[in-house]
Amino acid sequence: MLKIENLCVKYDSIRVVHNVSLDINDGEIVAMIGANGAGKSTILKTISGLLKAESGKITMDSEDITRVDSHVIVQRGIIQVPEGRQIFTKMTIEENLKLGAFLQKDKEKVERNFERVLTLFPILKERLKQTAGTLSGGEQQMLAIGRALMGAPRLLLLDEPSMGLSPLMTQNVFDVLRQLKKDGITMLLVEQNAYDALEISDRTYILETGVVKITGWSRELIEDPGIKKAYLGGEYDA
Amino acid sequence: MPDFGYFLSQLFNGIKLGSVYAMVAIGYSMVYGILRLINFAHGDIMTVGVYTILVLFTTYGMPLWLTIIISVALSIIVGLTAERVAYRPLRSSGEETTLISSLAVSILIQNIIVMVFSPQRVAFHLPDYLSKLHTFGTVRLSTMNIITFVAVFVILIALSYMIKNTRVGMAMRACSDNMNAARLMGINVTTIIVIAFAIGSALAALSGLMLAGEYKTIDPLMGFVPGLKAFCAAVLGGIGSLGGAVLGGFILGIIEMLFAGLMPTEITPYRDAFVFLVLILVLLIKPNGILGSNEGGRS
Repeated sequence: MLKIENLCVKYDSIRVVHNVSLDINDGEIVAMIGANGAGKSTILKTISGLLKAESGKITMDSEDITRVDSHVIVQRGIIQVPEGRQIFTKMTIEENLKLGAFLQKDKEKVERNFERVLTLFPILKERLKQTAGTLSGGEQQMLAIGRALMGAPRLLLLDEPSMGLSPLMTQNVFDVLRQLKKDGITMLLVEQNAYDALEISDRTYILETGVVKITGWSRELIEDPGIKKAYLGGEYDA
Repeated sequence: MPDFGYFLSQLFNGIKLGSVYAMVAIGYSMVYGILRLINFAHGDIMTVGVYTILVLFTTYGMPLWLTIIISVALSIIVGLTAERVAYRPLRSSGEETTLISSLAVSILIQNIIVMVFSPQRVAFHLPDYLSKLHTFGTVRLSTMNIITFVAVFVILIALSYMIKNTRVGMAMRACSDNMNAARLMGINVTTIIVIAFAIGSALAALSGLMLAGEYKTIDPLMGFVPGLKAFCAAVLGGIGSLGGAVLGGFILGIIEMLFAGLMPTEITPYRDAFVFLVLILVLLIKPNGILGSNEGGRS
C-alpha cells in the first residue's frame, strides 16, 4: 500500500532521517519504535507532507506522493493522528469531528462515520457541544483518533498515541487500535512504548538516529533476547 | 466648561470616526486571526483603494459604483500580491519576520504612490448625494456617515455568520486554532489564507473610501496611521475577534474625538499619541482585550 524508498529528510538543515526504506501492506499494523530523536515523527510528518523530503520516494498504491501538498495526501486516504494530539482546542468536540471529514463529499457516509466514532468513544457523545480544550489528555487522544476516523482513512498514521497517558488510558487506546485493525484499517504506529507497539503490530521497524537498525515480525522481535535487553528494559518478562 | 450639546456632537464625531476604524479593524482582524500577522501594509492597501477612486471617479468621471468595484478589485490584487511575494515565503520563519516584511511592503506601497502621483495632499470630494448633511438636533451626519455605520454592522454580521457556519469559515477557525492540524484535516491552508487576505483587502478599500470622505483630502501616507489605529482597535477589543474589532474601533474613535474636543487646545495635537497611550495601557492591563479569549501565547 505505502512504500518508502531511501528517504532522507532534513530538519532545520540537519539531516535526521537517513535512507529509510519501509513498506506497509494492506491490513497490516506496522510499528516504528526507537528512542527520542530517532526520526520517527519526522518520517510521519514527511509522509503527511508537513515536511519535504530531501531525497527518496514515497508512493501510495504505486502513485508518487513525495512532493505533494498535505491536503492531497489526506485525499488519498492517508490520515495522521499527530503527536501531542493537536486537537482544535477552541472549537467544540462536534466541530473537531466534522473537521476530520473536511474532504468527505458523501454526507450520508460522514453521518455513518460520525455515529461509528461516537459508538467507539461514548465519552465524546456526552460532550459534543463542549470545547475540546476542556477534555483530559486521554479524552483528547480519543478525540484525535475519532477525528482521524472521520476522514475515512485507508492508512492511519499514529504518532505516539500513548504519550502522556496513564497506563489504563494507554490500554484503552490500544484496545481501540485492535478494534480498528479488525475493521480493516491499515496502520503505521510510532511509539516509544516499545512493548505495547511490538505486541499490537504485525511488523516492526526499529530506528536509531534516523537509520533503520532492525526490522522483522513483531512476535519474533518481542522474543529476541537482544531486543528485550535493548528496548524492553532487560528483565521485562513478557 | 463645555456644554452638553457640544459633548454630544463630539460623541457623534467619535462614532463617525469609530465606524471607519471599525471597518479597517475588521479587515485587520480577518488576517490576524488566522496568521497572527500584524500587517502594517493593511492601511496602505486602503490608500491604494482611495487613489484608484480618485483617478477613476474624480479625473475620469466614471460612475462611483463602478470605481468602487475596480478599487476593491485592485486592492485585492495588491493584497494578494503582497501575500504571495512578501509573506508566504516567510510563513515558516516566525511572526516577527513577517511583521518586518509587512513594514517593508507598507513603505514600498507608500513610495510607489508618491512616485506615481505626488507627495502632495489632494482634495477628495464625494458626490453630493453622499456628502449631503442631515441634521439631528445638534448632530449633523452625512449620508456617507450613515452608510458607513450601517455597513460596519452588516459586514460584521455577514462575516461572523460565514465564520460560524460555512465550510470556509470552519476551515478559517481551524487554521486559526492550529494550522498544522488543519493541514492534517486536508484543509488547503494556503487557499484559506488567500481568502482571508482577499476579504481583508476588500474591506481596506471600502474603509479607504469612507476615511477619505470624512477627511476630504488624501495623501500617499494617509493609510499608515489609521492602519496602526485599526490594529489598536483590534487589540483593544480582543484581537482575532471580529466583534471585538468593531467594539475597539468605536471605543477608539470616541476616545480620540472626546480628547480632541474636550482637552485644552495646547495638547489636542497629541491625539494620536493619546490613542497609542490607550493601546499601551490595554496591553498592560488586559493583554487579550475586552472580548479576547484568555488563551496564553500561541506556540
